[in-house]
Amino acid sequence: MLRRLLNNFRWSVLPVPGRVIAIIFFVALFIFPLFTDRTYYLYILTISNLLVIFAVSWDLLSGYSGQVNFGHALFFGVSAYSVALLSKYLGWQPWATIPIGTLIATGVGVLTCFPALRLRGPYLSLLTMAFPLMLMGLVMAFKDFTGGEFGIPGLPDLAGSKVGEYYICLVVMTISVLIMWKLTDAGSKYVRTGLIFHAIREDEIAARASGINTINYKILAFVIGGFFAGLAGALYAHILGSVSISSLSMVMSFRAIIYVVFGGIVSIYGAVVGVYTLHTLMQFLGVGGTTFIGKHQVLIMAIIVILILLFMPEGVAVWIRDKLERECPRCKLHNAAWRKECRACSANLR
Amino acid sequence: MIERIIIMTLVTGGVYALLAIGFSLIFGNARVINLAHTGFFMVAAYGLWYFMRQLGIDAVWAILITVPSVTLLGILAYRYLINPIREHHAAVLLMTIALAMAFQELMKWIFSSLYWAVPALIPGFTEILGVRVTNQHLLTLGIVAVVIVVVWLLLTKTKLGIALRATAQDAEVANLMGISVPRTLMITMGIATALAAIAAVAVAPIWTIYPGMWTPPLVMIMVIVVLGGLGSIKGAIIGAFIIALVEVSVATLMPSYAYLKVVFAILAMVIVLSLRPGGLFGVMFEEERL
Repeated sequence: MLRRLLNNFRWSVLPVPGRVIAIIFFVALFIFPLFTDRTYYLYILTISNLLVIFAVSWDLLSGYSGQVNFGHALFFGVSAYSVALLSKYLGWQPWATIPIGTLIATGVGVLTCFPALRLRGPYLSLLTMAFPLMLMGLVMAFKDFTGGEFGIPGLPDLAGSKVGEYYICLVVMTISVLIMWKLTDAGSKYVRTGLIFHAIREDEIAARASGINTINYKILAFVIGGFFAGLAGALYAHILGSVSISSLSMVMSFRAIIYVVFGGIVSIYGAVVGVYTLHTLMQFLGVGGTTFIGKHQVLIMAIIVILILLFMPEGVAVWIRDKLERECPRCKLHNAAWRKECRACSANLR
Repeated sequence: MIERIIIMTLVTGGVYALLAIGFSLIFGNARVINLAHTGFFMVAAYGLWYFMRQLGIDAVWAILITVPSVTLLGILAYRYLINPIREHHAAVLLMTIALAMAFQELMKWIFSSLYWAVPALIPGFTEILGVRVTNQHLLTLGIVAVVIVVVWLLLTKTKLGIALRATAQDAEVANLMGISVPRTLMITMGIATALAAIAAVAVAPIWTIYPGMWTPPLVMIMVIVVLGGLGSIKGAIIGAFIIALVEVSVATLMPSYAYLKVVFAILAMVIVLSLRPGGLFGVMFEEERL
């Protein structure tokens, strides 16, 4: 078992620069608290990890299965609000509220399907965009129950210390990203969902003609997307200690889209790169709104997005990967760009 | 009460109709969902306020400067930012939303995030059917009515209008008939942005001006356009008045629950969509072109 893992590592991770970078990145995240104990940095990274889950779940739903959802904040906000309401009115602890919040978000994902399955393309996008705004109207209308624009403060902490919270979120993020990566892996031998999501996105009629019940798989995509976005929302509420109306806003939905498209749509690592460049790096450079970058963060982000779209429409992570790696024309294995021959079948790469 | 609802519906619906027609035109012709549409609307409102209140220019001149410059801004944005990536559906959406956010942040940077107001272009009241209506509301109504009629005539009677509608129906065939499609699309974008700017001029004295003023109308016009059918001008106009009626009734009949107006508007859209998945007057596009 261990030897197989080591062999895998030696022969299919080390020769591919992208995979080496990913592993170095995760190891760096795990040992980060050894180097600094400034709570500000830990806090930013904790939030970033939750945003990674959120962005990757959007990529799974909209990038892979092609159901372009403009209201992904619906799942995030529903979960955050149910967590907050449960702990405010019933006094429940995080270990009870987080699973329930996540389940409620999953249920909402199923409910969204009913109108969403009838629609396609831009109609679907615009309809899904409307749902969180509708909920936002309800939250504002029943101020006494939901706190209105001030939200619900005073939620219990996730763990005693900032380092504890950091590790909880990091572990949850790693596991969720791994699960979603496996679910969307089109070349997998064990899970068929990745291949089917690709098929539905490329040509739904052909997928149906091949005997795939596309309705079930679309519902599955909404359920998975809702589940992970809900998980992120529930954890986010406890990390922040409060819930506000902004977790349902259009900006929240578009944050997921911006991160994913910046990094590269239909690629799990693209979302991770997007969050860590646009959110984490900007927050580190911004230092709580005291520097120039901190004051004009949104403007800089918008301009970066515009430039990226014009010059690398595939996304930054995909662009960099194409520079670093090359696919073997014969056996479809990824090779480092500087190799002359494929590492498995020694086909000529030049 | 009823008279008030009718008049407010006409005013709000007219403004929404102007915005929704532009949004629908640019979607129908270029297949671009322009989320920055109300961003141009916001820039025009700020422009009017800046020229009138900060520089003290006469209202007529302020309008004559604002509308063409915003239109030019729209055409330039289309030519250099949207057109190169027009084929990628998701990228266009992101580009336009990023553009709108950039506008918002620029306005916040230059003019701060305070709330501003433009004085009424014609002060005073008029009494109609026993309701006191400000002259500004009447002026807005007049501008909206004239512009809608002009656009309608432009689209149905002129050669340019025929070219626009031909491009919307089938760009390739229109190209074969000697219509320059890229130029037509640029003209469409110009008309759409000009309509947004005119809507801003008409509405700036009634609404408050602040950097986030582009989101509420954006949500509403998207509801309208989906309800009326994407790409259909008739649908946009009728949808605008339906949604305005819903919004104004909610705001007038239950003022303490004014936030519910979005909920009811969206509910109206969901009902229409579940009965007719293509909207009221949905134009059927071929699958691969969406």
